[in-house]
Amino acid sequence: MELKRVVKFEAERDPAFAQWISHTVGGERIRHCLQCGLCSGSCPLSLYMDYTPRRLMHLSREGFKEEVLSSYTIWLCTCCYACMVECPKQINITHLMYALKTRAIQEHFYPKRFAIPELARDFSRMIRGSGRITESRLVLRVFLKTAIWRLVGFSSLGWKLFRTGRMRFAREKVQRQNEIVTILNAVEDTRKEMAR
Amino acid sequence: MKYAYYPGCSLRGTGRAYEESLLAVFRALEVEVVELEDWNCCGATTYMSYDELQSYALAARNLSLATKGGNDLMAPCSACYLVLNKTQYYVRDYPWIGQIVDHALDTIRLPRDISVKVRHPLDILLNDVGLDAIKAKVTHPLNGLKVAPYYGCQIVRPYALFDNQRNPTSMDRLLEACGAKIVYYPVKTHCCGGSQKGTLPEIGLDLIKHLLTEAHRNEAEVIATVCPLCQFNLEAFEDEASNAHQFHMPILYFTQLLALAFGIPLKEAGFQRSFVSIKPVLAEKEIAYV
Repeated sequence: MELKRVVKFEAERDPAFAQWISHTVGGERIRHCLQCGLCSGSCPLSLYMDYTPRRLMHLSREGFKEEVLSSYTIWLCTCCYACMVECPKQINITHLMYALKTRAIQEHFYPKRFAIPELARDFSRMIRGSGRITESRLVLRVFLKTAIWRLVGFSSLGWKLFRTGRMRFAREKVQRQNEIVTILNAVEDTRKEMAR
Repeated sequence: MKYAYYPGCSLRGTGRAYEESLLAVFRALEVEVVELEDWNCCGATTYMSYDELQSYALAARNLSLATKGGNDLMAPCSACYLVLNKTQYYVRDYPWIGQIVDHALDTIRLPRDISVKVRHPLDILLNDVGLDAIKAKVTHPLNGLKVAPYYGCQIVRPYALFDNQRNPTSMDRLLEACGAKIVYYPVKTHCCGGSQKGTLPEIGLDLIKHLLTEAHRNEAEVIATVCPLCQFNLEAFEDEASNAHQFHMPILYFTQLLALAFGIPLKEAGFQRSFVSIKPVLAEKEIAYV
Protein backbone atom coordinates (compact mmCIF):
# COMPACT_ATOMS: atom_id res chain seq x y z
CA MET A 1 0.00 0.00 0.00
CA GLU A 2 1.31 3.40 -0.94
CA LEU A 3 0.57 6.17 1.52
CA LYS A 4 0.27 9.56 -0.11
CA ARG A 5 -0.42 12.96 1.23
CA VAL A 6 -3.35 14.45 -0.68
CA VAL A 7 -3.42 17.85 1.00
CA LYS A 8 -0.86 20.34 -0.18
CA PHE A 9 1.28 22.53 2.00
CA GLU A 10 0.96 26.23 1.49
CA ALA A 11 4.39 26.45 -0.10
CA GLU A 12 3.53 23.85 -2.73
CA ARG A 13 0.83 25.96 -4.31
CA ASP A 14 1.53 28.06 -7.37
CA PRO A 15 0.75 31.72 -6.63
CA ALA A 16 1.56 32.68 -10.23
CA PHE A 17 -1.29 30.47 -11.40
CA ALA A 18 -3.69 32.10 -8.95
CA GLN A 19 -2.54 35.49 -10.23
CA TRP A 20 -3.01 34.38 -13.80
CA ILE A 21 -6.58 33.15 -13.32
CA SER A 22 -7.73 36.37 -11.68
CA HIS A 23 -6.23 38.37 -14.55
CA THR A 24 -7.72 36.16 -17.23
CA VAL A 25 -10.69 37.40 -19.25
CA GLY A 26 -13.77 36.42 -17.25
CA GLY A 27 -11.82 35.72 -14.06
CA GLU A 28 -11.67 39.27 -12.74
CA ARG A 29 -14.29 38.52 -10.12
CA ILE A 30 -13.11 35.06 -9.12
CA ARG A 31 -12.06 36.39 -5.69
CA HIS A 32 -15.71 37.31 -5.08
CA CYS A 33 -16.82 33.67 -5.43
CA LEU A 34 -19.03 32.78 -2.47
CA GLN A 35 -18.66 29.05 -2.97
CA CYS A 36 -22.44 28.86 -3.09
CA GLY A 37 -22.46 25.95 -5.52
CA LEU A 38 -25.08 27.21 -7.97
CA CYS A 39 -22.58 26.52 -10.75
CA SER A 40 -22.21 22.88 -9.74
CA GLY A 41 -25.94 22.53 -9.21
CA SER A 42 -26.79 23.84 -12.66
CA CYS A 43 -23.99 22.02 -14.48
CA PRO A 44 -25.32 19.09 -16.52
CA LEU A 45 -21.96 17.34 -16.29
CA SER A 46 -20.95 17.92 -12.68
CA LEU A 47 -22.23 14.43 -11.90
CA TYR A 48 -19.30 13.03 -13.85
CA MET A 49 -16.60 15.46 -12.77
CA ASP A 50 -13.68 14.80 -10.45
CA TYR A 51 -13.91 18.39 -9.18
CA THR A 52 -17.24 20.15 -9.56
CA PRO A 53 -17.14 23.69 -11.00
CA ARG A 54 -17.44 25.19 -7.49
CA ARG A 55 -14.43 23.28 -6.27
CA LEU A 56 -12.50 24.05 -9.43
CA MET A 57 -13.07 27.78 -8.97
CA HIS A 58 -11.69 27.57 -5.45
CA LEU A 59 -8.72 25.41 -6.42
CA SER A 60 -7.85 27.80 -9.26
CA ARG A 61 -7.89 30.95 -7.22
CA GLU A 62 -5.79 29.31 -4.51
CA GLY A 63 -3.15 28.26 -7.02
CA PHE A 64 -3.61 24.48 -7.22
CA LYS A 65 -2.35 24.47 -10.77
CA GLU A 66 -1.69 20.76 -11.28
CA GLU A 67 -4.98 19.63 -9.80
CA VAL A 68 -6.89 22.10 -11.95
CA LEU A 69 -5.12 21.53 -15.25
CA SER A 70 -5.10 17.76 -14.97
CA SER A 71 -8.74 17.50 -13.87
CA TYR A 72 -11.37 16.01 -16.16
CA THR A 73 -13.68 18.86 -15.28
CA ILE A 74 -12.26 21.23 -17.86
CA TRP A 75 -12.72 18.67 -20.65
CA LEU A 76 -16.19 17.65 -19.56
CA CYS A 77 -17.43 21.23 -19.81
CA THR A 78 -19.55 21.50 -22.96
CA CYS A 79 -19.81 25.30 -22.69
CA CYS A 80 -23.58 25.31 -22.15
CA TYR A 81 -23.30 28.49 -20.03
CA ALA A 82 -25.72 27.28 -17.35
CA CYS A 83 -23.23 28.11 -14.56
CA MET A 84 -22.59 31.57 -15.91
CA VAL A 85 -26.29 32.41 -16.02
CA GLU A 86 -26.79 31.25 -12.43
CA CYS A 87 -23.66 32.73 -10.82
CA PRO A 88 -24.78 35.43 -8.33
CA LYS A 89 -21.36 37.09 -8.58
CA GLN A 90 -21.30 37.18 -12.39
CA ILE A 91 -18.11 35.18 -12.63
CA ASN A 92 -17.67 34.11 -16.22
CA ILE A 93 -17.10 30.45 -15.37
CA THR A 94 -17.64 29.11 -18.87
CA HIS A 95 -15.07 31.48 -20.19
CA LEU A 96 -12.58 30.44 -17.55
CA MET A 97 -13.08 26.84 -18.62
CA TYR A 98 -11.99 27.87 -22.12
CA ALA A 99 -8.93 29.58 -20.69
CA LEU A 100 -8.06 26.51 -18.61
CA LYS A 101 -8.44 24.21 -21.61
CA THR A 102 -6.15 26.41 -23.67
CA ARG A 103 -3.56 26.42 -20.91
CA ALA A 104 -3.82 22.64 -20.48
CA ILE A 105 -3.31 22.13 -24.21
CA GLN A 106 -0.30 24.48 -24.23
CA GLU A 107 1.31 22.76 -21.26
CA HIS A 108 0.35 19.20 -22.31
CA PHE A 109 -1.71 18.41 -19.24
CA TYR A 110 -3.80 15.65 -20.75
CA PRO A 111 -3.60 11.91 -21.30
CA LYS A 112 -2.21 10.57 -24.57
CA ARG A 113 -4.77 9.98 -27.33
CA PHE A 114 -7.33 12.04 -25.45
CA ALA A 115 -9.81 13.05 -28.11
CA ILE A 116 -10.94 16.50 -26.95
CA PRO A 117 -7.64 18.40 -27.23
CA GLU A 118 -6.86 16.50 -30.42
CA LEU A 119 -10.17 17.67 -31.84
CA ALA A 120 -9.32 21.26 -30.92
CA ARG A 121 -5.93 21.03 -32.64
CA ASP A 122 -7.26 19.43 -35.82
CA PHE A 123 -10.15 21.86 -35.92
CA SER A 124 -7.79 24.82 -35.82
CA ARG A 125 -5.53 23.28 -38.48
CA MET A 126 -8.47 22.74 -40.79
CA ILE A 127 -9.52 26.37 -40.43
CA ARG A 128 -6.00 27.60 -41.16
CA GLY A 129 -5.98 25.37 -44.23
CA SER A 130 -9.46 25.93 -45.67
CA GLY A 131 -11.26 28.57 -43.63
CA ARG A 132 -14.22 26.25 -43.15
CA ILE A 133 -14.83 22.88 -41.53
CA THR A 134 -15.72 19.80 -43.54
CA GLU A 135 -17.31 17.78 -40.74
CA SER A 136 -16.79 14.29 -42.15
CA ARG A 137 -13.10 14.89 -42.77
CA LEU A 138 -12.58 16.35 -39.30
CA VAL A 139 -14.33 13.52 -37.48
CA LEU A 140 -12.52 10.88 -39.49
CA ARG A 141 -9.16 12.48 -38.77
CA VAL A 142 -9.77 12.66 -35.01
CA PHE A 143 -10.94 9.05 -34.86
CA LEU A 144 -7.94 7.83 -36.81
CA LYS A 145 -5.69 9.49 -34.27
CA THR A 146 -7.44 8.68 -31.03
CA ALA A 147 -9.79 5.74 -31.27
CA ILE A 148 -9.49 3.98 -34.59
CA TRP A 149 -11.36 0.90 -33.27
CA ARG A 150 -14.48 2.97 -32.68
CA LEU A 151 -14.81 3.64 -36.41
CA VAL A 152 -16.19 0.12 -36.80
CA GLY A 153 -19.06 0.93 -34.48
CA PHE A 154 -19.81 4.02 -36.50
CA SER A 155 -20.07 2.28 -39.85
CA SER A 156 -23.86 1.95 -39.78
CA LEU A 157 -24.26 5.58 -38.76
CA GLY A 158 -21.83 6.54 -41.51
CA TRP A 159 -23.90 4.64 -44.05
CA LYS A 160 -27.12 6.33 -42.91
CA LEU A 161 -25.50 9.75 -43.21
CA PHE A 162 -24.10 8.89 -46.61
CA ARG A 163 -27.45 7.57 -47.84
CA THR A 164 -29.23 10.77 -46.82
CA GLY A 165 -26.60 12.96 -48.45
CA ARG A 166 -25.29 14.29 -45.16
CA MET A 167 -21.78 12.93 -45.28
CA ARG A 168 -19.81 14.95 -47.74
CA PHE A 169 -16.10 14.68 -48.30
CA ALA A 170 -15.69 17.49 -50.84
CA ARG A 171 -13.62 20.11 -49.04
CA GLU A 172 -15.51 23.23 -47.96
CA LYS A 173 -13.28 26.22 -48.59
CA VAL A 174 -13.33 30.01 -48.49
CA GLN A 175 -12.25 31.81 -51.65
CA ARG A 176 -9.76 34.16 -50.03
CA GLN A 177 -7.89 31.68 -47.87
CA ASN A 178 -4.94 34.06 -47.68
CA GLU A 179 -7.09 36.40 -45.58
CA ILE A 180 -7.64 33.70 -42.96
CA VAL A 181 -3.93 32.99 -42.66
CA THR A 182 -3.20 36.72 -42.54
CA ILE A 183 -5.58 37.48 -39.67
CA LEU A 184 -4.43 34.46 -37.66
CA ASN A 185 -0.80 35.57 -38.10
CA ALA A 186 -1.72 39.16 -37.26
CA VAL A 187 -3.15 38.01 -33.91
CA GLU A 188 0.04 36.07 -33.23
CA ASP A 189 2.20 39.10 -34.01
CA THR A 190 0.23 41.44 -31.75
CA ARG A 191 0.31 38.89 -28.96
CA LYS A 192 4.09 38.63 -29.19
CA GLU A 193 4.42 42.40 -29.20
CA MET A 194 2.18 42.71 -26.14
CA ALA A 195 4.15 40.03 -24.30
CA ARG A 196 7.26 42.10 -24.83
CA MET B 1 -37.06 42.95 -45.26
CA LYS B 2 -33.67 41.67 -46.29
CA TYR B 3 -31.10 39.67 -44.35
CA ALA B 4 -27.56 38.54 -44.85
CA TYR B 5 -27.33 34.82 -44.22
CA TYR B 6 -24.48 33.06 -42.46
CA PRO B 7 -24.98 29.31 -42.93
CA GLY B 8 -21.98 28.01 -40.99
CA CYS B 9 -20.20 24.75 -41.74
CA SER B 10 -22.74 22.28 -40.33
CA LEU B 11 -25.54 23.46 -42.58
CA ARG B 12 -23.38 22.36 -45.50
CA GLY B 13 -22.82 18.91 -43.98
CA THR B 14 -24.96 17.00 -41.50
CA GLY B 15 -27.39 19.91 -41.16
CA ARG B 16 -28.34 20.27 -44.82
CA ALA B 17 -32.03 19.81 -44.08
CA TYR B 18 -31.90 22.90 -41.87
CA GLU B 19 -30.60 25.07 -44.69
CA GLU B 20 -33.02 23.62 -47.22
CA SER B 21 -36.08 24.10 -45.02
CA LEU B 22 -34.99 27.51 -43.71
CA LEU B 23 -34.50 28.96 -47.17
CA ALA B 24 -37.76 27.43 -48.40
CA VAL B 25 -39.66 29.00 -45.51
CA PHE B 26 -38.15 32.43 -46.11
CA ARG B 27 -38.92 32.17 -49.83
CA ALA B 28 -42.53 31.34 -49.01
CA LEU B 29 -42.72 34.34 -46.68
CA GLU B 30 -41.15 36.50 -49.40
CA VAL B 31 -38.30 37.60 -47.18
CA GLU B 32 -35.08 38.16 -49.04
CA VAL B 33 -32.04 36.28 -47.79
CA VAL B 34 -28.59 36.72 -49.32
CA GLU B 35 -25.67 34.50 -48.35
CA LEU B 36 -22.76 36.40 -46.79
CA GLU B 37 -20.02 36.64 -49.39
CA ASP B 38 -17.00 34.40 -48.67
CA TRP B 39 -17.91 33.70 -45.03
CA ASN B 40 -15.51 31.62 -42.94
CA CYS B 41 -15.98 29.23 -40.02
CA CYS B 42 -17.02 31.04 -36.82
CA GLY B 43 -14.59 28.95 -34.77
CA ALA B 44 -17.37 27.43 -32.64
CA THR B 45 -16.62 26.27 -29.11
CA THR B 46 -13.71 24.19 -30.33
CA TYR B 47 -11.48 26.97 -31.61
CA MET B 48 -12.28 29.01 -28.51
CA SER B 49 -10.56 26.36 -26.37
CA TYR B 50 -7.57 26.25 -28.68
CA ASP B 51 -6.96 29.96 -29.02
CA GLU B 52 -9.45 32.52 -27.83
CA LEU B 53 -7.98 35.62 -29.50
CA GLN B 54 -7.68 33.97 -32.89
CA SER B 55 -11.27 32.84 -32.63
CA TYR B 56 -12.41 36.44 -32.09
CA ALA B 57 -10.50 37.49 -35.19
CA LEU B 58 -12.12 34.72 -37.24
CA ALA B 59 -15.59 35.77 -36.10
CA ALA B 60 -14.74 39.44 -36.67
CA ARG B 61 -13.97 38.82 -40.35
CA ASN B 62 -17.55 37.62 -40.85
CA LEU B 63 -18.96 40.45 -38.78
CA SER B 64 -17.03 43.06 -40.69
CA LEU B 65 -18.10 41.64 -44.06
CA ALA B 66 -21.72 41.65 -42.87
CA THR B 67 -21.56 45.16 -41.41
CA LYS B 68 -20.28 46.42 -44.75
CA GLY B 69 -23.35 44.88 -46.40
CA GLY B 70 -25.72 46.84 -44.16
CA ASN B 71 -28.37 44.18 -43.41
CA ASP B 72 -28.91 42.21 -40.20
CA LEU B 73 -27.02 38.92 -40.16
CA MET B 74 -29.05 35.74 -39.75
CA ALA B 75 -27.17 32.87 -38.06
CA PRO B 76 -29.29 29.70 -37.76
CA CYS B 77 -26.67 27.52 -36.03
CA SER B 78 -26.59 28.01 -32.27
CA ALA B 79 -22.81 27.87 -32.03
CA CYS B 80 -22.34 30.45 -34.80
CA TYR B 81 -25.03 32.64 -33.30
CA LEU B 82 -23.34 32.61 -29.92
CA VAL B 83 -19.76 33.06 -31.12
CA LEU B 84 -20.66 36.01 -33.36
CA ASN B 85 -22.56 37.74 -30.55
CA LYS B 86 -19.92 36.91 -27.96
CA THR B 87 -17.17 38.41 -30.11
CA GLN B 88 -19.04 41.70 -30.26
CA TYR B 89 -19.40 41.76 -26.47
CA TYR B 90 -15.77 40.93 -25.75
CA VAL B 91 -14.41 43.39 -28.30
CA ARG B 92 -16.56 46.07 -26.69
CA ASP B 93 -15.86 45.17 -23.05
CA TYR B 94 -12.12 44.59 -23.34
CA PRO B 95 -10.36 47.37 -25.28
CA TRP B 96 -7.16 45.34 -25.58
CA ILE B 97 -9.07 42.54 -27.35
CA GLY B 98 -10.59 45.22 -29.56
CA GLN B 99 -7.12 46.44 -30.49
CA ILE B 100 -5.98 42.98 -31.51
CA VAL B 101 -9.09 42.38 -33.58
CA ASP B 102 -8.87 45.83 -35.20
CA HIS B 103 -5.27 45.19 -36.17
CA ALA B 104 -6.18 41.80 -37.65
CA LEU B 105 -8.96 43.37 -39.73
CA ASP B 106 -6.57 46.12 -40.89
CA THR B 107 -4.18 43.54 -42.31
CA ILE B 108 -6.87 42.25 -44.68
CA ARG B 109 -8.21 45.75 -45.41
CA LEU B 110 -11.63 45.17 -43.92
CA PRO B 111 -13.46 47.92 -41.99
CA ARG B 112 -13.13 47.79 -38.20
CA ASP B 113 -16.86 48.23 -37.74
CA ILE B 114 -18.30 44.89 -36.62
CA SER B 115 -21.54 46.21 -35.17
CA VAL B 116 -23.97 44.30 -37.43
CA LYS B 117 -26.98 42.89 -35.61
CA VAL B 118 -26.67 39.10 -35.35
CA ARG B 119 -30.10 37.49 -35.39
CA HIS B 120 -31.47 34.00 -34.95
CA PRO B 121 -34.20 32.85 -37.38
CA LEU B 122 -36.55 32.32 -34.41
CA ASP B 123 -36.13 35.99 -33.52
CA ILE B 124 -36.63 37.13 -37.12
CA LEU B 125 -39.69 34.98 -37.69
CA LEU B 126 -41.37 35.98 -34.45
CA ASN B 127 -40.44 39.64 -34.17
CA ASP B 128 -39.93 40.87 -37.75
CA VAL B 129 -42.18 38.61 -39.80
CA GLY B 130 -44.73 38.14 -37.02
CA LEU B 131 -47.19 35.43 -36.06
CA ASP B 132 -50.00 36.91 -38.16
CA ALA B 133 -48.00 36.72 -41.38
CA ILE B 134 -47.04 33.16 -40.49
CA LYS B 135 -50.61 32.10 -39.71
CA ALA B 136 -51.68 33.58 -43.05
CA LYS B 137 -49.27 31.25 -44.87
CA VAL B 138 -50.47 28.04 -43.21
CA THR B 139 -52.22 25.88 -45.78
CA HIS B 140 -51.60 22.45 -44.25
CA PRO B 141 -52.17 22.84 -40.49
CA LEU B 142 -50.32 20.45 -38.22
CA ASN B 143 -53.57 19.08 -36.65
CA GLY B 144 -52.33 18.93 -33.09
CA LEU B 145 -49.08 17.12 -33.88
CA LYS B 146 -47.41 16.70 -30.50
CA VAL B 147 -44.05 18.46 -30.57
CA ALA B 148 -41.34 18.61 -27.91
CA PRO B 149 -39.58 21.96 -28.44
CA TYR B 150 -35.88 21.57 -27.81
CA TYR B 151 -33.85 24.79 -27.69
CA GLY B 152 -30.52 23.54 -26.35
CA CYS B 153 -27.93 25.80 -24.78
CA GLN B 154 -26.40 28.48 -26.81
CA ILE B 155 -29.19 30.58 -28.27
CA VAL B 156 -30.61 31.68 -24.92
CA ARG B 157 -27.47 31.36 -22.82
CA PRO B 158 -25.66 33.38 -21.72
CA TYR B 159 -27.12 36.45 -23.41
CA ALA B 160 -30.88 35.85 -23.83
CA LEU B 161 -31.21 38.41 -26.58
CA PHE B 162 -34.72 37.56 -27.71
CA ASP B 163 -36.20 35.01 -25.35
CA ASN B 164 -36.34 33.93 -21.72
CA GLN B 165 -33.21 32.18 -20.49
CA ARG B 166 -34.88 29.51 -18.40
CA ASN B 167 -38.10 28.99 -20.27
CA PRO B 168 -37.86 30.15 -23.88
CA THR B 169 -41.13 30.05 -25.81
CA SER B 170 -40.43 31.57 -29.23
CA MET B 171 -40.42 28.20 -31.01
CA ASP B 172 -43.49 27.07 -29.04
CA ARG B 173 -45.44 30.08 -30.31
CA LEU B 174 -44.32 29.67 -33.93
CA LEU B 175 -45.26 26.01 -34.03
CA GLU B 176 -48.57 26.57 -32.26
CA ALA B 177 -49.39 29.11 -34.93
CA CYS B 178 -48.97 26.26 -37.42
CA GLY B 179 -51.39 24.05 -35.52
CA ALA B 180 -48.94 21.94 -33.51
CA LYS B 181 -49.52 21.00 -29.89
CA ILE B 182 -46.52 21.77 -27.70
CA VAL B 183 -45.99 19.12 -25.04
CA TYR B 184 -44.55 19.76 -21.60
CA TYR B 185 -40.80 19.55 -22.05
CA PRO B 186 -38.95 20.61 -18.92
CA VAL B 187 -35.53 19.89 -20.40
CA LYS B 188 -35.95 22.29 -23.31
CA THR B 189 -32.71 24.17 -22.55
CA HIS B 190 -30.65 21.24 -21.29
CA CYS B 191 -27.38 20.34 -22.91
CA CYS B 192 -27.19 17.69 -25.67
CA GLY B 193 -23.55 17.05 -24.85
CA GLY B 194 -22.18 18.83 -27.91
CA SER B 195 -19.28 16.83 -29.26
CA GLN B 196 -19.11 14.64 -26.12
CA LYS B 197 -20.78 11.73 -27.91
CA GLY B 198 -17.71 11.55 -30.10
CA THR B 199 -15.10 12.21 -27.45
CA LEU B 200 -16.54 10.75 -24.23
CA PRO B 201 -19.22 8.39 -25.61
CA GLU B 202 -20.82 7.04 -22.43
CA ILE B 203 -21.42 10.47 -20.99
CA GLY B 204 -22.66 11.91 -24.27
CA LEU B 205 -25.13 9.05 -24.60
CA ASP B 206 -26.43 9.64 -21.07
CA LEU B 207 -27.32 13.24 -21.85
CA ILE B 208 -28.97 12.31 -25.15
CA LYS B 209 -30.97 9.57 -23.47
CA HIS B 210 -32.27 11.99 -20.88
CA LEU B 211 -33.58 14.35 -23.57
CA LEU B 212 -35.24 11.53 -25.51
CA THR B 213 -36.76 10.01 -22.37
CA GLU B 214 -38.43 13.26 -21.36
CA ALA B 215 -39.89 13.70 -24.84
CA HIS B 216 -41.12 10.11 -24.90
CA ARG B 217 -42.58 10.36 -21.40
CA ASN B 218 -44.57 13.42 -22.36
CA GLU B 219 -45.88 11.63 -25.46
CA ALA B 220 -44.17 13.79 -28.05
CA GLU B 221 -44.51 12.55 -31.62
CA VAL B 222 -41.60 14.59 -32.93
CA ILE B 223 -38.83 16.69 -31.41
CA ALA B 224 -38.22 20.11 -32.96
CA THR B 225 -34.67 21.47 -32.76
CA VAL B 226 -32.92 24.72 -33.63
CA CYS B 227 -29.31 23.59 -33.78
CA PRO B 228 -27.52 21.23 -36.18
CA LEU B 229 -25.51 19.60 -33.39
CA CYS B 230 -28.55 19.01 -31.14
CA GLN B 231 -30.44 17.57 -34.08
CA PHE B 232 -27.57 15.29 -35.04
CA ASN B 233 -27.02 14.01 -31.50
CA LEU B 234 -30.66 13.18 -30.89
CA GLU B 235 -31.23 11.59 -34.29
CA ALA B 236 -28.01 9.68 -34.80
CA PHE B 237 -28.04 8.02 -31.38
CA GLU B 238 -31.75 7.46 -30.96
CA ASP B 239 -31.34 3.72 -31.59
CA GLU B 240 -28.34 3.41 -29.33
CA ALA B 241 -30.19 5.20 -26.52
CA SER B 242 -33.23 2.90 -26.78
CA ASN B 243 -33.03 -0.25 -24.69
CA ALA B 244 -36.35 -1.52 -25.98
CA HIS B 245 -36.75 0.38 -29.23
CA GLN B 246 -38.93 2.83 -27.34
CA PHE B 247 -37.53 5.90 -29.10
CA HIS B 248 -38.62 6.20 -32.67
CA MET B 249 -39.37 9.87 -33.11
CA PRO B 250 -38.48 11.96 -36.13
CA ILE B 251 -36.01 14.61 -34.93
CA LEU B 252 -36.66 17.67 -37.06
CA TYR B 253 -35.63 21.28 -37.44
CA PHE B 254 -38.39 23.70 -36.47
CA THR B 255 -38.14 25.16 -39.97
CA GLN B 256 -39.10 21.77 -41.43
CA LEU B 257 -42.36 21.85 -39.48
CA LEU B 258 -43.05 25.39 -40.70
CA ALA B 259 -42.34 24.25 -44.26
CA LEU B 260 -44.75 21.35 -43.80
CA ALA B 261 -47.51 23.71 -42.64
CA PHE B 262 -46.82 26.09 -45.51
CA GLY B 263 -47.42 23.26 -47.98
CA ILE B 264 -43.83 23.14 -49.17
CA PRO B 265 -43.06 19.70 -50.70
CA LEU B 266 -41.30 17.36 -48.24
CA LYS B 267 -38.33 16.99 -50.59
CA GLU B 268 -37.74 20.73 -50.70
CA ALA B 269 -37.64 20.88 -46.92
CA GLY B 270 -35.07 18.11 -46.46
CA PHE B 271 -37.43 15.47 -45.03
CA GLN B 272 -35.73 12.81 -47.16
CA ARG B 273 -32.63 13.30 -45.00
CA SER B 274 -34.32 12.07 -41.82
CA PHE B 275 -33.41 8.67 -40.37
CA VAL B 276 -36.97 8.17 -39.11
CA SER B 277 -39.62 8.97 -41.69
CA ILE B 278 -42.27 11.54 -40.77
CA LYS B 279 -44.90 9.91 -43.01
CA PRO B 280 -46.40 7.40 -40.51
CA VAL B 281 -47.02 10.22 -38.02
CA LEU B 282 -48.52 12.42 -40.73
CA ALA B 283 -50.87 9.61 -41.76
CA GLU B 284 -51.89 8.94 -38.16
CA LYS B 285 -52.66 12.61 -37.51
CA GLU B 286 -54.27 13.03 -40.92
CA ILE B 287 -51.96 15.88 -41.79
CA ALA B 288 -51.98 16.66 -45.49
CA TYR B 289 -48.63 17.18 -47.18
CA VAL B 290 -47.18 17.79 -50.61
